Formats: sequence, C-alpha cells, structure tokens
Amino acid sequence: MNFDEHAAKSLVLAPAGIPVPRGQICRTAKEAAEAVRAIGPAVIKAQIAAGKRGKAGGIKPVNTPEEAERVAAAILGMSIGEYKVEHVLVEEQAKIAREFYAAVLNDTEARKPLVLFSMQGGMDIEEVAAATPDAIRREHVNLDPIPGAADFASMLAGLALGAAQASVADILSRLYAAYRRRDAELLEINPLAELADGRVIALDCKFMLDDAAAYRQEDIGKFAAPAPMTALERRAAESGLKFIQLEGNVGVLANGAGLTMTTMDIIRHFGGRPANFLEIGGDAYTKSAVALDLVLSNPGVKSLIINFCGAFARTDVMADGIVKAWQELKPTVPVFFSIHGTGEDEAIALVRARLGIEPYDIMEDAIQAAVQAAQ
Amino acid sequence: MIVRKSNKVIVLGITGRQGTFWTEKMLAYGTHIVAGVNPKRAGQRHCNVPIFGSTAKAVRETGGDVTVMFIPPAAAREAAVSAIEAGIKLLVVLTEHVPAQDVMAMHAAAARHGTRIVGPNTAGLVTPGECFVGIMPAFVPSVFRPGHVGVISRSGSLGALVCLKLTQSELGQSAFIGIGGDSMLGTTTRDALAVLDRDPATEAIVIVGEIGGTMEEDAAEYAKTMRKPVAAFIAGAASPPGKKMGHAGAIVTGNRGSYTSKRKALEAGGVVVVDTPAQIARALAGRSPKARLHAAGAS
Repeated sequence: MNFDEHAAKSLVLAPAGIPVPRGQICRTAKEAAEAVRAIGPAVIKAQIAAGKRGKAGGIKPVNTPEEAERVAAAILGMSIGEYKVEHVLVEEQAKIAREFYAAVLNDTEARKPLVLFSMQGGMDIEEVAAATPDAIRREHVNLDPIPGAADFASMLAGLALGAAQASVADILSRLYAAYRRRDAELLEINPLAELADGRVIALDCKFMLDDAAAYRQEDIGKFAAPAPMTALERRAAESGLKFIQLEGNVGVLANGAGLTMTTMDIIRHFGGRPANFLEIGGDAYTKSAVALDLVLSNPGVKSLIINFCGAFARTDVMADGIVKAWQELKPTVPVFFSIHGTGEDEAIALVRARLGIEPYDIMEDAIQAAVQAAQ
Repeated sequence: MIVRKSNKVIVLGITGRQGTFWTEKMLAYGTHIVAGVNPKRAGQRHCNVPIFGSTAKAVRETGGDVTVMFIPPAAAREAAVSAIEAGIKLLVVLTEHVPAQDVMAMHAAAARHGTRIVGPNTAGLVTPGECFVGIMPAFVPSVFRPGHVGVISRSGSLGALVCLKLTQSELGQSAFIGIGGDSMLGTTTRDALAVLDRDPATEAIVIVGEIGGTMEEDAAEYAKTMRKPVAAFIAGAASPPGKKMGHAGAIVTGNRGSYTSKRKALEAGGVVVVDTPAQIARALAGRSPKARLHAAGAS
C-alpha cells in the first residue's frame, strides 16, 4: 500500500517525533491561496503516491497568495504517470543548507531491516548510488530491540555532518522505530534537509505499508492512496482478487501466480497476447466463479484458457465454481481447459459432463488452441 | 530438506479444515506424522494422531523433528517461534501473507537456534514414493513419480506442472523442494540447489523460478561449480513489471530481478534456460551424463 507525502509525514513521521515542515492539504486553488496567506512563502506540491513529481512540474515554490492560486490551479488536475492530481500540499518554504538521504526497508536477501544514509540526498539519489556506491552508507539492523541514536554512530562515522550529527542519528533511530511501529516495507526521507538555521527536517517522505500487515494498521490504512485501476480491476479488488487488465485478447484463468505467469508466457510463445493477469492463489482458489465473471467481462477477450494445476488449490473445487457460474454467464467466446493435479479426476469428469467440453491432456495444446481461436 | 519416512512430523493447525484434509493425504502417502498441536484439544486424537497442547510438549513426547504449519497469518509468528524454540530442526511454513516483520522475526529466531525454515508461502516438500510434507499433489500419479530429477520451485502450482511434464516424459523425481513464493525465504534457490547437488539420488536438477528478487541470479553463481546438469524455467517474461520500491529498491537491487537478468545469469552459470515447461525434459535428457536418468525414471 502506498501513501502520498502528506499522509506519510502526518501519520508516520510526525508521530515518531521526526520534524516536518508546517503544511496544509488543499483541494482547490482558493484553499491554496488562503493557506499561503497563513503560512507565508510556500511550496505547492502535487500529492500523488508516485515519484518524479518535481521533474513532472508538480512541485513549485510560490511567494504570494495570488501566485499560489495560479500555480495550484495549474497543478490540480495535472496527470503525472498514471495518477491525476486531486490535492496539493501547501508547505512552508525551507532554507536548505544541505540535502541528505535516509531510508529503512526490508532487505529481502539478508532477511533483515536495512538502514540507508547518504550525504548526497535529493532528486538524483539513484544516479548517485549507481555512480558512487560508496556514497550510500548501509547498515543491517537486528529486528529488535530498536536501536537508539548512539547505535547509529558507527554508521555515520567519518561523514562531515558537523553540528547535524546528533540530529541525524536521532532521526535515524526514530525512523527505524516508525518503520517497526507501522509495518513499513519502505520508509524513506529524501531529502532529509539541514536548514540554514541548523535544524534537520524531513522535506519529503515515501512510505509503503506491507499489504500483509494492513490488518493491524487499520487506523492509517484507510488513508492509503488508491492505486490507479480500471473499473474491472476495482471490481476484482473488491472481491479480494488481484486482476490486471492487459491489451491482449486471450483471457487467462489459472491458479497461482506462477502458473498464471507461465500461461501468459506460453500465450506469447505461440504468438498470442494475454488479456489479463489474475491471481486466484492461496485461499482465493474457491473464488473461481467470480474469476470467470471477471475474465469474461473484459471486452477485449476473444477466447479463454482455463489452466488449473492443483496443489493446495483443488481443481475439483475450482471446476465446480466454473460449472456453476457457467449457467449464469453463458460464455460466448470459445473456452479451453487444461486440468491437472489435486482433484483432477473429479474436475475433468465435471467439465466433461456438465459443459460438454473435453479438457486437453497437454497444457501447451490447450493454450495454443486458445491463441488460434482469438485470431 | 529432503523429507524422509524416518522424519517425525508435527502438524500445527491439524484440526482445521485444510489441516485435516492435508493431514489425511500425507498419512495416506506414507508421511510419519507423530503429533498435532491445538491447545484446546490436547489429549484428544485427530485423524488418529495424538494432539498436544504445545509444540514443546509434542516434541518432548514424540521426538518430532519436522513441523508443518497450517496456521493463519496473524498467528504464524508466534507458532513458528514456539516451534523453533522447541528444538524443531525443519520448519515448513505454508502460510501466505505473513507480515514481513513477523517473517524477519521468524528468521532471526531460526538463526539463533539453527533451525531450517522452508517458506513462508511454500507448497512444501515431496519425496516421491516415500512421503510429503505440505500441500502438493504428491499422491496424483500423473504428477509425481520416483526417479532422479530434483525440482526446486517458488510456486506450488507451477512446480506441480513441471513435475507433471517430467513424469509425462518418463523422468521421475528424487525430491521436490518448494521454497515458497514470498520475498524473504528461509531457504533460497541456492540453498536448495546445494542440497540437491549433494544428494546421491539426484542426477539432474530443474529450477522453476519467477521474475522478482535475486535468488535465481544468486543460484547461478553456485551452478557454475556443479557437475550435475541443471535446467531452468523462469515464469514472468510476459508479465507487467512489479511494484517499485522507491529509490531504495533501485539502490539495493540495481538491475537484478528482471527476466533478462535471471536468464543471462543462469546461462552464464551453465544452466539451460527453456522457454516453456514442455522443453525441460528434453533439455535435461540431452545433458545428463548417465543413461540412468531415463532408465530409472521409466522403471
């Protein structure tokens, strides 16, 4: 789950005691003008859960309410990547002396949290990392206990932080605590700015919440930025299924992410184009009826491959769902089956008896037939 | 992590719907299940297996050395850490959607106690013709048969499909190691590859990978040192790229993780990478130094 900058700062950083600029969320240009009247010279920042906002023209400094109204009017409604800007953050301007970079994330290889820090924060951090890897300090941290400011001394040793050293160490400790408290996959401050007056403050923040932990982060989960989705993808999400609508015309209904990706690969191998990705792995295998409705509702679909290879997912249960939904949905496109694994005898018999369709023995043959039928 | 009939298996969550279904399947196949755990039903029997109030008690009373978890995500951390602290040597975590920080806590505990975790989000381990632990269709004869090919898979469904393809080509399997679909696994592709490399019953190995993460790239380094033939299929060449982890993701993983990166690394490691699962058997048969691969598989 992604959050926009303001949500990340107000829900995660500020409660952890990490300083952030004064700011206000505005939905109209008029509100932005009022906010600048109260705050003074400010920065208008598009609030979307994506990067490259600055480079796309979604972040602009303003000095007067009139200017704020004009700039906010231009930014509101702007499209950046897949997102449309619906609100802006009006934030006090900061007199920046230096820009640092700080992050905590799950290091999947080490299976531990990883803390990153660099003196060279700002928009080009990825280029810095690629060109001069030594410019990024990396420290693995044991999950517990939460390290204090003093524990980050070695990570920061030798950096010319000067008077900012103590503040940075304190912020790293608080950042780690916030990462733990909020089940972050990633909590990143870029830039972490040292101001002209010596304060160290988080000017921008990216927060990604571990989807698997959403159940215990409900108080902030409701403020997550909605992912850009088609109407059909939203319908799938509401049924608890992950569905990605693609450009192709061969509908895909398979169990498990691995088999689904493989089905898409083989469609392409035979010169076809998959119409969707659909995940009915884990317990979701019992939702095959809903899944059939979704793939058939995709207007681009000209044929459908139903590819089951049961392990945990029982093919007899999935086939039963398909057969039941079939009567109601009455597919008008040709449908091809490949069924193997747990429950295969019952599943094949069911499809044969109730739908009058003979599943293919060889998965590739079924997929190739679906590709040909779509052409 | 090759399970044997001599392993004594403890099932956590044995009394649930899935726990019951799969315990019956495992018992029927020959898995030596010695105990179930459910604090509310201690002293009873389920599927004719004695139930204990805690994993520690089950270990003390039965000498169980392998634990498999049919436990929902919110309870997985506590169940896993309890099993690790009870002295379990091999912990198979089937649970999907365990919060990442709970997964890290499990791995930290396992590292302290020298426990091997397989998973989370694994479909389990199969030794065809002998026993299985997890949720794989070991008992479906068209999918698994005894033989000499070791299979390593992130996905259960795709792993089952690959074993089916091998069996259709009369190539039986020495072991199936489901390493799991999560991003932070106790056992990596490389770990499993090293185990199968040392296993005398395994003469060739299939890696079933997926886009994302860097496990295949890492395994490719190990493959360079191997004499047994290795083939790989990597799913996801036609899939849209996954989510981006801010700047930090790029800083940590660089350009690794894509289909191209994995394919290049594996090929540089001497692994034959095929375009579809149907091509695996031919890729292996052509490279196996011993006729035994086919002869034994067909027996």
